[in-house]
Amino acid sequence: MKINDVILRTVVKGVVFIVLTLGVYLFFAGHNEPGGGFIGGLVLGSGIVLLYITFDIETVHRGMPFDFKKVAALGVLLATGSAIASLFFGAPFLKQADDYFEFPLLGETHLTTVTIFEAGVALTVIGTLVTIILSISEDE
Amino acid sequence: MTIIFAILLPFIVAACIPFAYRRFTNLHIGWFVLAVPVILFGLLATYIPRIAKGETYTYTIEWIPSFHINFTTYLDGLSMILGLLITGVGSLVILYSIFYLSTKESLHHFYCYLLLFMGAMLGVVLSDNLMVLYAFWELTSVSSFLLIAFWHHRKASRAGARKAMTITVIGGVAMLVGFLLLYAIGGTFSVRELISQADMLQSHVLFVPAMLLVLLGAFTKSAQFPFHIWLPDAMEAPTPVSAYLHSATMVKAGIYLVARTTPIFGGHEVWFWTVSVIGLVTLFWGSFNAVKQFDLKALLAYSTVSQLGLIMCLLGLGSAALHLGYSTESVIYTQATFAALFHLINHSTFKGALFMMVGIVDHEVGTRDIRRLGGLMALMPFTFTIAVIGSFSMAGLPPFNGFLSKEMFFAATLHITELNIFSLEAFGLLFPIIAWIASVLTFVYCMIIVARTFLGKVKPERLEKPPHEAPFGMLISPFILIALVIGIFLFPNVLGHYILQPAMASVYPGFPSSEELTPHIYAWHGINTELLMTVGVVVLGIVLYRTLKKWRPIYRIIPERYTLNALYERVITTSENTSGSITRRYMNGNLSYYFMYIYIVFVAAVAGYFLLSDAFSWQPSKDSSVQYYELILVLVMIFASVALLFAKGRITSVLLNGVLGYSVAFFFVIFRAPDLALTQLVVESVTTALFLISFKFLPELKPERTSKAIVFSKALVSILVGATVTLIGLAVMNYEKFSAISVYFENAYELAGGKNIVNAILGDFRAFDTMLEVVVLFIAGLGVYTLIKLKAKKGDADVENK
Repeated sequence: MKINDVILRTVVKGVVFIVLTLGVYLFFAGHNEPGGGFIGGLVLGSGIVLLYITFDIETVHRGMPFDFKKVAALGVLLATGSAIASLFFGAPFLKQADDYFEFPLLGETHLTTVTIFEAGVALTVIGTLVTIILSISEDE
Repeated sequence: MTIIFAILLPFIVAACIPFAYRRFTNLHIGWFVLAVPVILFGLLATYIPRIAKGETYTYTIEWIPSFHINFTTYLDGLSMILGLLITGVGSLVILYSIFYLSTKESLHHFYCYLLLFMGAMLGVVLSDNLMVLYAFWELTSVSSFLLIAFWHHRKASRAGARKAMTITVIGGVAMLVGFLLLYAIGGTFSVRELISQADMLQSHVLFVPAMLLVLLGAFTKSAQFPFHIWLPDAMEAPTPVSAYLHSATMVKAGIYLVARTTPIFGGHEVWFWTVSVIGLVTLFWGSFNAVKQFDLKALLAYSTVSQLGLIMCLLGLGSAALHLGYSTESVIYTQATFAALFHLINHSTFKGALFMMVGIVDHEVGTRDIRRLGGLMALMPFTFTIAVIGSFSMAGLPPFNGFLSKEMFFAATLHITELNIFSLEAFGLLFPIIAWIASVLTFVYCMIIVARTFLGKVKPERLEKPPHEAPFGMLISPFILIALVIGIFLFPNVLGHYILQPAMASVYPGFPSSEELTPHIYAWHGINTELLMTVGVVVLGIVLYRTLKKWRPIYRIIPERYTLNALYERVITTSENTSGSITRRYMNGNLSYYFMYIYIVFVAAVAGYFLLSDAFSWQPSKDSSVQYYELILVLVMIFASVALLFAKGRITSVLLNGVLGYSVAFFFVIFRAPDLALTQLVVESVTTALFLISFKFLPELKPERTSKAIVFSKALVSILVGATVTLIGLAVMNYEKFSAISVYFENAYELAGGKNIVNAILGDFRAFDTMLEVVVLFIAGLGVYTLIKLKAKKGDADVENK
């Protein structure tokens, strides 16, 4: 069955970028503003799901050849890994550090290790969300 | 530091094996694994001279210092014996397994488990901290489980693995409780610190319970009566595993624990009687049952049970010396412990060789049933040599090492009759008598091993394959072991001085010189009672073997229904059935029931608490005023939820549910919780999408046909939950019994460096929760994936049993 969904396809092509940008923005905003790893991951994941709903799985997979189970696994590894990493610097488990650095062009930038942790959270959310929805929708 | 390396190396290599396995396609991966125990054996061997001088090595890495749990390694004479056995027998077994297992088997699993076991076992004997020891202890149970079930397509393998796991883990948990009791009394988990305050511990009221619990762990692990039933079933494992875990090392862990804790518990009457009597009963029962077996491996399993009982009994007898305290007269009783440690080593040598011999017979002939075997002497002369030397050593005949330790065992049982403590004057004579009877039976089954397998006529029509000698590689390891059997007989005092003397010092730390505790071992000690006992064993043993057919019927006296195995099966099946029927009663597969359970518990616990503590109080004056748009939202939500109850189609209910969710998000916006609002909005959208996707799998929504009573009770529960939540929401404003937790987060910016307090809590203050939630989320995702993708197709057969 072929559905004539020109409107949906056209709209999604534009909207997906807005959604993904919003997701990335939310992820980085989380430090001082509303946002964060979980919500950022959720928005990014729903953007990807939107792509899968509009176009078929093969098409999307050609552009994004990720195995989302592995994305989730990478996220878990990042989250737990960054927790353990602090042990190697003589700090307690899960201790986070932050500092300000000067970069050319960017100026003074605030860098934190919690970003790595949050990236792990975000990747896990994306991976799990997409895995669940894909496997349910592919089920015969 | 080297010792920590010794514990970690097997684990590291085990982790590498799955990756290395693919590269070694034409080479047996065992060669690569063999390096590990060989290196570790060499490493430990370099310590022998220094340990023999009485030095000990400790190294501590602080792990959880607030609970006194530290990763402390401790190398002394006692751990040295076990360490050398683990790595030495380990090397030989791996060498043997290279020829025993073909490359068609899933070798990477086999060697991964084997290394896991080796590391865990080294961890057990080299740890000083009881908690660390316990963790390694359970890891040996787990790896033993995996190895017994290595051929997991066979039902018997899985059953044997489960039985071994159940029994040893039950004992392990009891042991853990014992350790915690010791910690409660002594305030430390360190064995050495506990030993130093042994006098204080002995007077405590919890001392005997702690002792018995620790012993339960040791007895289950070392297959002592009545827990020995797992060991014969564990023989379903590949023979190298039986030779390694179930005769040389893992079953010795219980012996090790008893020897290690003797300075703490020894000297107490309960300890003396429990350890020595259980050991004696095991010794007798094991040898008695070994005689009736037809499977060579089962026979060896029972003989292992019996020999472990012997060692255990000796350790019990030796603890009497601690009660007497140090004096020139009491030193004679320490010889029992010396004999125990000596026999520990001897048993590993001859029993390892015998297991390998049985493996060779099984491998080359295709059966282990002695009714089908016979006359292999001419066809397999080298294997025959191994069998003769191993069996005669086990039977306690010269010129093999078993003779020496068996004589010392007799001597120890005779000495103990002269004591007049612990009411020994009444029962002491039991020890030499039962020991002698058990030795006669031991002689009989040793004769069975040799004669029924290798003498008599060949029965080629009853064998699976034409018999021929084993390949050279398979013979190397058993020959090294029987060379040790003879070597130890010829030079026992080398072993006594370098290995046993420092171990004696660890068992009797309070005795001034370990020199005195190390008797000089003579092969010929004149004609005395011990020697006459041995002669008696041989004479009566031959008579009994000749007349075996006549007295075999005594094994039918105990009917099948009353054996320990049947009892175990009955307990397991009854408890499985009972718990199954209880669980099925409330887990009926209907989700709405599960919600009912959750809500009833919630209401009972929370509302119950609030009612009991009289905390329901509402002062409208304290609340802020209600705005009109809030009222509108509430009305919308009420309308949506009431409509939800009467919705006819699924689409309608999903949409109405969405209305509820989005209204909650609005409330979050109104009450200035932007993070929550954002999350709620996105979650709501994704959930709706998920619902839409899964629609095609759902059946038509049918009106429920349930009785009035159930509908009524559901309504009651819903109303109660709603009322509870509302009332608590109103009451919290006036509740002051708990202090607010928000004070912890007030200066979040200075502490965590983030201005968003929600994320500061999630990513920093409570990051541990977040981390675990991420893991849970991932596992849940994988669960959904596997449930959907890997479910058995309709009509597929159960693939478990091939």
